[in-house]
Amino acid sequence: MTGQAGAPAVAVRGVRFAYPDGRVALDGVDLEVGPGERVAVLGPNGAGKSTLVLHLNGIFEAQRGEVIVGGLPVVKRNLAEVRRRVGIVFQDPDDQLFMPTVHDDVAFGPAQAGLREADLAGRVAGALAAVGMTDRRDAAPHHLSFGQRRRVAIATVLATEPNVLVLDEPTANLDPAARRELTEVLASLDVTLLVVTHDLPYALETCGRAVVLDGGRIVADGSTGEVLADRDLLAAHRLYLPVGFDPARV
Amino acid sequence: MTQGHAHGDGLDSLYVAGDSPVHRVAPEVKIAATVAYVFAVVATPREALWAFAADAALLACVVGLAGLPAALVARRLRIEIPFLLFAAFMPFTGAGPRVDIFGVSLSEPGLWAAWNIVAKGTLGVAASIVLAATTPVADLLRGLGRLHVPRVVTAIAGFMVRYLGIVAGEARRMHVARQSRGYDPRWLWQARGMAASTGTLFVRSYERGERVYLAMVARGYEGTMPALEGRRASVSQWWLAVLPLTAWTFAVAAWLAR
Repeated sequence: MTGQAGAPAVAVRGVRFAYPDGRVALDGVDLEVGPGERVAVLGPNGAGKSTLVLHLNGIFEAQRGEVIVGGLPVVKRNLAEVRRRVGIVFQDPDDQLFMPTVHDDVAFGPAQAGLREADLAGRVAGALAAVGMTDRRDAAPHHLSFGQRRRVAIATVLATEPNVLVLDEPTANLDPAARRELTEVLASLDVTLLVVTHDLPYALETCGRAVVLDGGRIVADGSTGEVLADRDLLAAHRLYLPVGFDPARV
Repeated sequence: MTQGHAHGDGLDSLYVAGDSPVHRVAPEVKIAATVAYVFAVVATPREALWAFAADAALLACVVGLAGLPAALVARRLRIEIPFLLFAAFMPFTGAGPRVDIFGVSLSEPGLWAAWNIVAKGTLGVAASIVLAATTPVADLLRGLGRLHVPRVVTAIAGFMVRYLGIVAGEARRMHVARQSRGYDPRWLWQARGMAASTGTLFVRSYERGERVYLAMVARGYEGTMPALEGRRASVSQWWLAVLPLTAWTFAVAAWLAR
């Protein structure tokens, strides 16, 4: 493959995207993420966060500008490789887990990539171990708790060994214990990480860098601590820290 | 967290966990044996009462071997009641020679026709009950796959199993939301509210279908589902073939004895 050493893991340049009804979701987004970096994409609902995510693996094609993943432009002929490199964990694990058992679901991605037998089994075992769900491999997804389903959803993506892991609102609907477990899982992974969220404390816990997306543009970019300390900036983009939360004291 | 939780919902609730010799048989063997057994029962001439008794005894042995409580099988047999009601009319409405039973004049061919439905239906349903109670749904899908049922069909069945509980959960939450706002339609003239909710449920499910498809594409889906893993049945697992083979022997013997 044509991945270049030293190329950013993800480069989004001047991307613009409007939905068929004319609503502009992305209005010139520029974002560069280095290999191994952990970046939180913050923004209110409707800021274009999810639309941006769907550009990273070519489900949406940029109408203007370009998206480059590890040196490989996201265009039709590269889609298979781009989708192997960029793993997306969607918001609702029930959308992500569609096979009859946990094992089959985790095996889906690598099986699509052509893995069989021992290679496939190894991938599945590794991914399930990474999220601590090895003992539930034969369970049906609907017999798992919500937090467990979230972790299996991450395993389904880890099994494809992505270079970039994108999580869309990973803490939505998680109870505090499940949220803690998720943090531990994410901390243990060795990948470039993009966490799309409006859960600001969670962004601070998991990501060193944060960008704020609003109105289809990146309006702030800096260390997560700095971005969260700027209350005026946050308020201007409908982002609020929980009462009593001081990012400087975490 | 109640969202999407559907414990014991839908089709998997039919499975009765266990580790009996029947549970351990590979799913494709159980499916093939069940289908072949049902065909044997259907092919048996209705007058051969002894053959049906023998078929029932055979199945009872399998139920015993599987460790399934007879009461459970009996309870699940209730599903065929609507069909039996239909059969119950036949002796009254049938033509041909009539017999008097307890002073009621009944049609003789009608009685035989009703018996035919009751006997064959009950044995067929009972065999399916044993299959469903000893095989988890995921294994059934695997078994169908290994019997070369087209992957599109097993995939559709798989999605149905996976999402039935979720759609039912969504319907339940909408029902609760309706009741919470003081609307609990019961009568025909209140059908509008019900119809609107059904439409919403359809749209929501359709949108979920789109999101599921996106998630599939994001993991490299290009139009074919992967084969589900699983071990091939060993020759020794085919011992269950005794069930349909014996039933077929009875059926053939009954035809020859006519």
